[in-house]
Amino acid sequence: MIKNNAATILIYCSAISVTSLFLWLLTDLLIQGLPKLSPAFLFEAPRDAGRAGGIGPIIIATGWIVLVAMSAAAPLALATAVWLVEFTRPDGIFSRFVEFSIDVLASVPSIVFGLFGNAFFCVYLGLGFSIVSGGLTLACMTLPILIRTVADGLRAVPDGYRMVAAALGMTRGSALVHLLLPSAAPALTAGLLLSIGRSAAETAALIFTSGYVDRMPGSLFDSGRALSVHIYDLSMNVAGGDANAHATALVLIIFLLIINNAAIGLLRHWRKQHIAAS
Amino acid sequence: MKTSLPFAERSSHSTGSTCPDAAYTLGELHAGAPCCVPEPVITVENLSLNYGRKPALEAVSIDIYRGCITALIGPSGCGKTSFLSALNRLTDMIAGCRINGTIRFEGHDIYEPGNDVRQLRRDIGMIFQNPTPFPLSIRRNIELPLREHGIRKQAELDERIYQVLRDVGLWDEVKDRLNDPAMALSGGQQQRLCIARALALRPKVLLMDEPCSALDPISSGMVEDLIQSLAGRYTVVIVTHNLAQARRIANYAGLFWVTERAGQLIEFGRCRQIFAQPAHELTAAYISGARG
Repeated sequence: MIKNNAATILIYCSAISVTSLFLWLLTDLLIQGLPKLSPAFLFEAPRDAGRAGGIGPIIIATGWIVLVAMSAAAPLALATAVWLVEFTRPDGIFSRFVEFSIDVLASVPSIVFGLFGNAFFCVYLGLGFSIVSGGLTLACMTLPILIRTVADGLRAVPDGYRMVAAALGMTRGSALVHLLLPSAAPALTAGLLLSIGRSAAETAALIFTSGYVDRMPGSLFDSGRALSVHIYDLSMNVAGGDANAHATALVLIIFLLIINNAAIGLLRHWRKQHIAAS
Repeated sequence: MKTSLPFAERSSHSTGSTCPDAAYTLGELHAGAPCCVPEPVITVENLSLNYGRKPALEAVSIDIYRGCITALIGPSGCGKTSFLSALNRLTDMIAGCRINGTIRFEGHDIYEPGNDVRQLRRDIGMIFQNPTPFPLSIRRNIELPLREHGIRKQAELDERIYQVLRDVGLWDEVKDRLNDPAMALSGGQQQRLCIARALALRPKVLLMDEPCSALDPISSGMVEDLIQSLAGRYTVVIVTHNLAQARRIANYAGLFWVTERAGQLIEFGRCRQIFAQPAHELTAAYISGARG
């Protein structure tokens, strides 16, 4: 009985400490960041190394970086996942090798992606510190999540559809376009949202690839500072930048909460529909 | 037409005709296909089928006769479904499935390299145990495969949709909601929609894998009536666990049994004869309920 109570208390404590950690973080951010937050902060350019002014160009640069990352990663991930699930046997040597590569990619620390991106995109391909370099590096980094979610989405589509489509003399391509991908669409969207969230939150992979420049980027080949890099720079390198760092972090967290909730909501809605259908 | 064929097995069930009346015009059914005739449309010779190293079927030889209903009976796991899937090469979809022997459809070996599998599957349609409408509208369910096979004129699509929905007795139930999701239909309606979808491609043969077993008794009865109304116009091969159903609707019956190694065709013959005077002791035991 006592043992049981102790266990209960321990379990409650863990749950409470997790939520209190989150609440502490959020309260701290709100207290320190909220006074700074205003429409002007969102649109103005940073001044005095970010101590004053806003984060307008930084939001724009982050948006471009994420857009480049997703435009490069999404088609590649979709094609790879379709190949893995629909066009190859799971026990084939090559498909196992591809799965293994995805696992390895997923476990590579982001700083390593940053160094790779710097060496390959910035230096070797001569793209320099630019939004394109940063975006492409993030694309490499988010590929595993994207491939996994798309593949899981496709695998969850009932096999019956494939059989029936074949029995009606439909080609696999057409079954894919008309039946499988639409059925998996919510999972694909959720995967995309999760990857956008992950990209927008990334720092280490961007420091060496998209750079520090906090001006409004004129083109995709300009350097652009991402939100998380801005936070890092203000809190580590700029004395007196803490207030703006907090405000920026608050903006980023609000954005990520929205993205993640949308993804989770979509997945939940989709699973419910799926259970109803089967 | 109807009376000129002594072969047709009319007496195997009380409700009578497996041959549609000339006046019985369901959609295209009036096109006047002959009744059940003793002319093989599919010839299977010495078929064996393996999943990897595991044999599922061994030395199956059977003729499927034109316009007749052939029922395949036997206990679970004796290879009836595998046999059915081999007839339209759906076994190609299963990794590690190997086929030996010959299957001829209208005289041509269907496993010959370079064969048009899509055309084969258009000629030999299949209905599955669980109703599997696509998650699309009722109309799109029938339209999609038709478009795949190059039928794109809206007038012709509409005509075929009307015709097959009439054929399966679904038209009056769904004519006002063709654009509603097919998933919203009841199980029996879904299965009839699946049959309509297969019929829209104007197949010559319909393979049915326990089409009634996932349905409630009333829906099951409707689908059974539907199958009976297809007799004569289509060649039907139906796998069923329901012996009474086989006896009611089939002209021919074959008993599959799993021996120590693989599934085999134990006995094949006219349905009436199989049920009245089975030649093989396993058949006798199975239909009397003593085994299986």
